[in-house]
Amino acid sequence: MVQDRRSLLKSGAGLALVPALAGLPSRGRAQGATTLKIGVLNDQSGVYREVSGPTSTACVRQAIQDSGIAAKGITVEVVQADHQNKADVGATIARQWIDRDGVDVIVDVPNSAVALAINGIVREKNKVYLNSTGGTTELTGRQCSPNTVHWTYDTYMLAKSTGGAMVKTGADSWFFITADYAFGHDLERNTSAFVQAAGGKVLGAVRHPLQSTDFSSYLLQAQQSRAKVVGLANAGTDTINCVKQAAEFGVTRRGTKIAVMLMFINDVHSLGLNAAQGLVCTESFYWDLNDRTRAFTDRVKGSLGGNYPAMSHAGCYASVLHYLKAVADMGGAAAKSDGAATVARMKAMPTDDDCFGQGKIREDGRKLHPVYLFEVKKPEESKGPWDYYKMLQTTSADEAWRPVSEGGCPLVRA
Amino acid sequence: MAGQATAFTATAQQSPGLPGLAALGFNRAQSIAFLLLLGLLLVGPFVLYPVFLMKLLCFALFACAFNLLIGYVGLLSFGHAMFFGMGGYVTAHAAKVWGLTPELAILAGGAVGAVLGVVAGWIAIRRQGIYFAMITLALAQMIFFVCLQAPFTGGEDGIQSVPRGALLGVFSLAQDMSLYWVVAAVFLAGFLLINRIIHSPFGQVLTAIRENEPRAISLGYRVDDYKLMAFTLSATLAGIAGGTKALVFGIATLTDVYWAMSGEVVLMTLVGGLGTVFGPVLGAAVIVSMQNYLAEFGAWVTVIQGCIFVACVLAFRAGIAGQLGRWLRVRL
Repeated sequence: MVQDRRSLLKSGAGLALVPALAGLPSRGRAQGATTLKIGVLNDQSGVYREVSGPTSTACVRQAIQDSGIAAKGITVEVVQADHQNKADVGATIARQWIDRDGVDVIVDVPNSAVALAINGIVREKNKVYLNSTGGTTELTGRQCSPNTVHWTYDTYMLAKSTGGAMVKTGADSWFFITADYAFGHDLERNTSAFVQAAGGKVLGAVRHPLQSTDFSSYLLQAQQSRAKVVGLANAGTDTINCVKQAAEFGVTRRGTKIAVMLMFINDVHSLGLNAAQGLVCTESFYWDLNDRTRAFTDRVKGSLGGNYPAMSHAGCYASVLHYLKAVADMGGAAAKSDGAATVARMKAMPTDDDCFGQGKIREDGRKLHPVYLFEVKKPEESKGPWDYYKMLQTTSADEAWRPVSEGGCPLVRA
Repeated sequence: MAGQATAFTATAQQSPGLPGLAALGFNRAQSIAFLLLLGLLLVGPFVLYPVFLMKLLCFALFACAFNLLIGYVGLLSFGHAMFFGMGGYVTAHAAKVWGLTPELAILAGGAVGAVLGVVAGWIAIRRQGIYFAMITLALAQMIFFVCLQAPFTGGEDGIQSVPRGALLGVFSLAQDMSLYWVVAAVFLAGFLLINRIIHSPFGQVLTAIRENEPRAISLGYRVDDYKLMAFTLSATLAGIAGGTKALVFGIATLTDVYWAMSGEVVLMTLVGGLGTVFGPVLGAAVIVSMQNYLAEFGAWVTVIQGCIFVACVLAFRAGIAGQLGRWLRVRL
């Protein structure tokens, strides 16, 4: 008897788990043909929180409001999730969103491994993927997809602007501090090619292991090379550590410039102008660029909790705005049923928004807009909060991006 | 009543299982729990999202493999991510580049786990305790850097769009449900194999080594051989789990070879219950569910996870299954 009751209790507890677990994912499925659902999938708790995170979601909401899509009888819902920088977590969420929750669009997605995983899933399910914070050129190269738009930036454009445009400002001799893995090697190789093509010289390079904490010997080697520019072909905490130590060594005060391959304005904010002054970096959007970008920033600023939009956030805004224009053009039901057709319509329409101005989307999914080379201001030059950048060079939309013929995208040949 | 309960406790250790299941080495409580598990496996995909369940089963098998080593030999490996991750990479590579069928690809993942296990085990079992853990961690970090640099792994992009293929070249696994049954079968096979190992004479020697190694040596057992065999078995099953996961998601990335993955499997086993047959499965369910269902809370994920860990450690020191077993006075 006792045994039976105990086993009953136990099986009862086990069964009780089932509805509890089943209850969790039910998040009001989208009903009706005119409700669209946008899923913002990014890093909300890790290293990319500031450059994607809740600010991206706020920018997506702003885009929905600015598009005036509600007046056309189409409601748009937003859901968000944290992929914790794990491709499997991101993939599970994306599949669940599409299969169970009726999500039509996935936006943002930093971290190239996760971005490529989402790219595959969205293509398989014929939905829409608007990438903003992922930087890999594979998205418009060999793994390009008719369901994906790669909006904001990629590693090719960063190397071209930082390498090529910088030489034009007179900084023509380079030394690289490179993270010793494929990503770092690629950045170094690409940037070197642009430096040399623009008439500059590469004096040397030093490789450091991933996630180093001590960069002093590398920085000394860089200084001894007497190069005018030290290029940092690394990312994340490696870049931040390297920049901080360079500031302690006074590298920039002696006239050497530090070129950072991948940096967002939010990184400058957390470093502080004292450490970051004199850095050179590339972004395709700056909030204080012109009247339209300032107007956008004023509209969205209140909902960002003190953060300012970087190019990644602006990309979320602009891509969703353009998507909703295409939806309004072709009708909610048609857009919902066929992701590839919606993206094709997006490519057919010219883009125009406050963040990136006028532009277009190429057949391989690449969004084209001008790219800017910025230098971080000295503390005494900065006139207000987030007044961090002065512009050095502009690379036009025609020149900034990898030519479609070099990407090897199978869609283009077809 | 009290007398009855005591009598029950006394017989709980040796109580014969349900007919048929006794052959698998289950006692009565374990037999019931196993039938419950079977039931959940059958009903699960109709209630919960199949991809999520498949992920859970892969991690459950991984945790069970890990538990074989820590729960029954008492060796804390802090490098199991190398078997799990490499299994994933090799399976993904085999399925995508060599075009092998899924079952062969998964076996290839298991084979790599076995080879790595023999090498890592041969080096690591010479030391005990924290030194053993550190050696396995060091070896796992070496494998991580190999995966970061080797051309076939695709660096930080990983191996993407791995085809699920067709089982035995005939049955397509493109549908989530058909793949689910394959994953469930792989999990069950691994789970039962581990259970069989634990209850075999070989497993009894392992337990003897865990309890008192010098005495096992004095009884004439070649302790190192036993440890190496257990390590290799655990690594093989971890490789199979990793390979299955790579097929489920169609990706193999650095996440699975990173040291944090080694930590995660320790957590799953601890939360579920060290040295219990069902504990690792429960632990994997708890951790994977948290990762999945807390994702929408954004930055709160880590905070909530932390609170749950603290609660688990304070309230269930023997893990969920261990504590449950104590309350019910059975061995789970």
